[in-house]
Amino acid sequence: MTRVDGYGRIDRTRTLSFTFDGIVRTAHPGDTLASALLAQGVTTLGTSVRLGRPRGVLGSWTEDPCGLVQIEEPFPEPMLLATTVDVVDGLVARGVPGRGRLAEVADTARYDHRHLHCDVLVVGAGPAGLVAAREAARAGQDVVLVDDRPTPGGTLTGTEMIDGRPALEFVDAVAAELAAAPHVTHLQATTAFGHYDDGFVLALERCGEGSDPRQRVHRIRAGRVVVAAGAFERPIVFEDADRPGVMLASAARDLLHRHGVLAGRVVVVFTVDDSAYAAALDLHRAGAAVRVVDARAEAPAGWARRCADAGIVVEPGTDVRGTLGDDRVRAALVGEARREVPCDLLLVSGGWNPTAHLFSHVGGRLAFDDELVGFRPAGDLPGTAVVGAAHGTYALADVLREGAAATGSATDAPHAEPEEITPRGTLWRTPGDPARQFVDIARDATVADIARAVGAGMTSVEHVKRYTTIGTAHDQGKTSGILASGITAELLGRPVGALGTTTFRPPYTPVPFAALAGRDRGDLYDPVRTTPVHDRHVALGAEFEDVGQWKRARHYPRPGEDMAAAVLRECAAVRGAVGMMDGSTLGKIDVRGPDAGVLLDHLYTNLMSTLKVGRVRYGVMCGNDGMVFDDGTVLRLAEDRFLVTTTTGNAAHVLDWMEEWVQTEWPDLRVRLTSVTEQWSILAVAGPRSRDVIGRVFADVDVSNEAFGFMTWQDTELDGVPVRLARISFSGELAVEVTVASWYAADLWDRLLAAGEPWGITPYGTETMHVLRAEKGYPIIGQDTDGTVTPHDLGMAWAVSKKKTDFVGKRSFARPLNADPQRKHLVSLLPTDAATMLPEGSQIVDLPDDGLLPPPPVAMLGHVTSSYRSAELGRPFALALVRGGRDRVGEVVAVPVGDQLVAVEIGDTVLVDPEGARRDG
Amino acid sequence: MADTSVLTRRHPLESRRAALEALVGDPAITLEPLVSAVDLRVDPDGGALDALAAALGGPLPTAVDTWTGIGDGEALRLGPDEWLLTSAGTDPHRWEDRVDSLAAPFGGMAVDVSAQRVALRLHGAHARELLASGCSIDLRPGRFGRGRCAQTLFGQAPVLLVAHADDDLHLFVRSSFSGYVADRLVDAAALR
Repeated sequence: MTRVDGYGRIDRTRTLSFTFDGIVRTAHPGDTLASALLAQGVTTLGTSVRLGRPRGVLGSWTEDPCGLVQIEEPFPEPMLLATTVDVVDGLVARGVPGRGRLAEVADTARYDHRHLHCDVLVVGAGPAGLVAAREAARAGQDVVLVDDRPTPGGTLTGTEMIDGRPALEFVDAVAAELAAAPHVTHLQATTAFGHYDDGFVLALERCGEGSDPRQRVHRIRAGRVVVAAGAFERPIVFEDADRPGVMLASAARDLLHRHGVLAGRVVVVFTVDDSAYAAALDLHRAGAAVRVVDARAEAPAGWARRCADAGIVVEPGTDVRGTLGDDRVRAALVGEARREVPCDLLLVSGGWNPTAHLFSHVGGRLAFDDELVGFRPAGDLPGTAVVGAAHGTYALADVLREGAAATGSATDAPHAEPEEITPRGTLWRTPGDPARQFVDIARDATVADIARAVGAGMTSVEHVKRYTTIGTAHDQGKTSGILASGITAELLGRPVGALGTTTFRPPYTPVPFAALAGRDRGDLYDPVRTTPVHDRHVALGAEFEDVGQWKRARHYPRPGEDMAAAVLRECAAVRGAVGMMDGSTLGKIDVRGPDAGVLLDHLYTNLMSTLKVGRVRYGVMCGNDGMVFDDGTVLRLAEDRFLVTTTTGNAAHVLDWMEEWVQTEWPDLRVRLTSVTEQWSILAVAGPRSRDVIGRVFADVDVSNEAFGFMTWQDTELDGVPVRLARISFSGELAVEVTVASWYAADLWDRLLAAGEPWGITPYGTETMHVLRAEKGYPIIGQDTDGTVTPHDLGMAWAVSKKKTDFVGKRSFARPLNADPQRKHLVSLLPTDAATMLPEGSQIVDLPDDGLLPPPPVAMLGHVTSSYRSAELGRPFALALVRGGRDRVGEVVAVPVGDQLVAVEIGDTVLVDPEGARRDG
Repeated sequence: MADTSVLTRRHPLESRRAALEALVGDPAITLEPLVSAVDLRVDPDGGALDALAAALGGPLPTAVDTWTGIGDGEALRLGPDEWLLTSAGTDPHRWEDRVDSLAAPFGGMAVDVSAQRVALRLHGAHARELLASGCSIDLRPGRFGRGRCAQTLFGQAPVLLVAHADDDLHLFVRSSFSGYVADRLVDAAALR
């Protein structure tokens, strides 16, 4: 055990039990998996991804490049950092050989999102962030303070003094003040992982294992963002520095003060920075034998004196060249002579890297500071302030002042004693074998890899990063990125400042997909839109299909029926008697104003302004390219009022399209558009007996063909509720569309079903509707078309006005390509065996003489767009787009189905009732 | 299925009423009664607003994204030339006729959208917090106080939020999306 009494913020009165690599171990609340394992002398956690070298922990938090573990319980998660996993009772984990595995069981935990708005967002609850939040709160601002550690305080160890008292007492006092302040949201264990334009920050809160939700993404919009994210220490590259037992000085200090763990008994500290001396003294005080190797020519006087007082040997002017050991480090190799200095812990400090990621995410520039020996934020970004160590300010008194100044006044900053500062050394690596000098321990990438990149001619750190993979692991190069810049600069013989560093991009730390998904999964993955009649469809046992976001009844199978049987039955009922379909999902747009007809003439290919009040016309809309993009019916309700219907999936797009033209091209037109899709529900009653059903329900209405002709509408009432009847048919049969305010649709559905009972009225779904319309050759836009099909291709030249001087798409029809007789035309296909169902999407080829598909390439004539079994025809049939198809009616071509070539005859699109006799009953 | 009963209005969220009202704690979520509503489109500068205010019993909102009370309903300004006017007591088609005839002299028009939406009421100190689970707009009382309204998204569904008080917000949603929104509210309420 390396736990030291009197240190750490863990709860030693309670013991937790966990399992690592199959061995049951104990920990205390407040332990991370890393601290608990180190406390028990476990220094090797896994092996590296490429070379299988042993891996321990280098850092003590998210900067750690190597301490990856696989969590098995409570829920399998791959490749988490042992330094960031809180131990909970029952935790089961194991080390990973570089890669973990995803869970194969469903995650039962819930993940959530929340939107937060504030005047000031402070990222980081170290001394700078706490003071910034406190000053903002005192000024009455809405404050959000997030910090990724479980508790506030940042890297304060408790040995510092602020305002004359121990630093952690100060931290507690500020936290208490914030908790009591109104309008302050203080979230620990919450990582701000992305910063975007206009003060938008994403943060991931880990609510705790067993919590509901387990994690929550906060989508924060802040008036100002104060980045007080601290800094990470960086190592120095030398041979075999990837060995377990080599650790950042700050990590050992953190483990001691946070977890009461002494990470080694015989310690060598290798540094070019004063901060490592504090670690040396602290570890010495906790019982370790410590020796300092300082690569600078002289050791800092004050620290050297304190070390001497403590009996710590300081060797300036030399360095560490390598390590010895099996799994764990056994000795440091010091100086050119590679003198063996025994140790079980080798601490390194190559200086610090400001954690300026959130500044960089929004385009903030980082510049190399020679004095700091690191990249720090340069210049200002509106709405963003970077303070404290993230800004390259490391002395506590200065950190506190910057924090206060960010949201208030520096004069209100708490007091801390000034610190002695001596110049930092610049040391990226010591001499040695580049192939054994690991730069990115997570990627097994070495100085030799960088040398290869430079040798290949790369001079940009961005290229070197991608060539060597340095900085692309889970840690995104928190310890290795700047080292790579420094070493690349050395190899190129250029100053590191001129070379720069790679760009930081979100996320700052890995974010689980489950957290990003939040509650947008399962039934809430995408909105499910339902019609007012939905419950009736459910009660009738409907199978549903998704059309856009709508659930539409596809067919209503009876017990024992599959879809094919149900659809054949429904089709036969409509063609033989009467059926009813819920057409409520059709898009509906109320077009009003004196210029309504003018607008519709502009947008439809045919004339709409000539339509008489009381009548209905089918229309086609094309894009600028002359390709069909929607179709529907238009009812003229009044001289200045039309009701336009659109396809279900295209309703919003058509309204946007119309609005765009009105607002940008023809703002002078006196016309307004209103979506009424959900205001009105449409129930389509179709079949030869539909007139009987309508006549029975609407006894006052003369439903005779003379009084109520095809493509006309009339208003009536039912129980005082306005109802519109329209003779529109999408099946070729006598049919009436019944429109009512959606509040009443469910009752009206019941009423029509009841009234149709004597004729066996049959609810039918979209699949049946598709078959019935296909038998009549009516295309479905988006199924039989794909944005490359003109009205002429569909055989709808009749729907393209020759009188109108212009309409959207007209100019494109004049292109030579549009007159090409080899364009694909919509035709029907009848398999000559009268039995084969052609799969939709099948290719169409010429029928070879020998009936065998020749080797590729084979010329494609087109493809099958719709394919069904027809009750009326007693055989399967299909619609297809076929090159020059209309001129090949009667010819036999072939469709490969599996390994068979199926012969099919090209026919006219209208297969049922070509005379159109049925529409009038 | 011999149904000879009179055609009756059905609330689109009737099947979810129990689940919503069974939520314990704060906020309480209730279904607002169905009301008549028109989408009014008219130029705000032509004197139409004064005429409508005089006839309808209350001023129409002059700022976009605000609302006022008018007679037995509300007037919500949805855009530069667009309002939603509701009435609890007037029949939908009469309401359209009435507003339409008032707007017509000014080149305006009204379209019946009564059945287009339903409204939910969220009442309680945590109403805004619950909405913040799915609404990205700033719902702090200082920014979205009584008198404000906004068209935004709740989750992935378009909604119209109306602030009646710090602890009282109404949410209009298209009927087809109302099941999704209700389910998401129930889900979010369970997560707090």
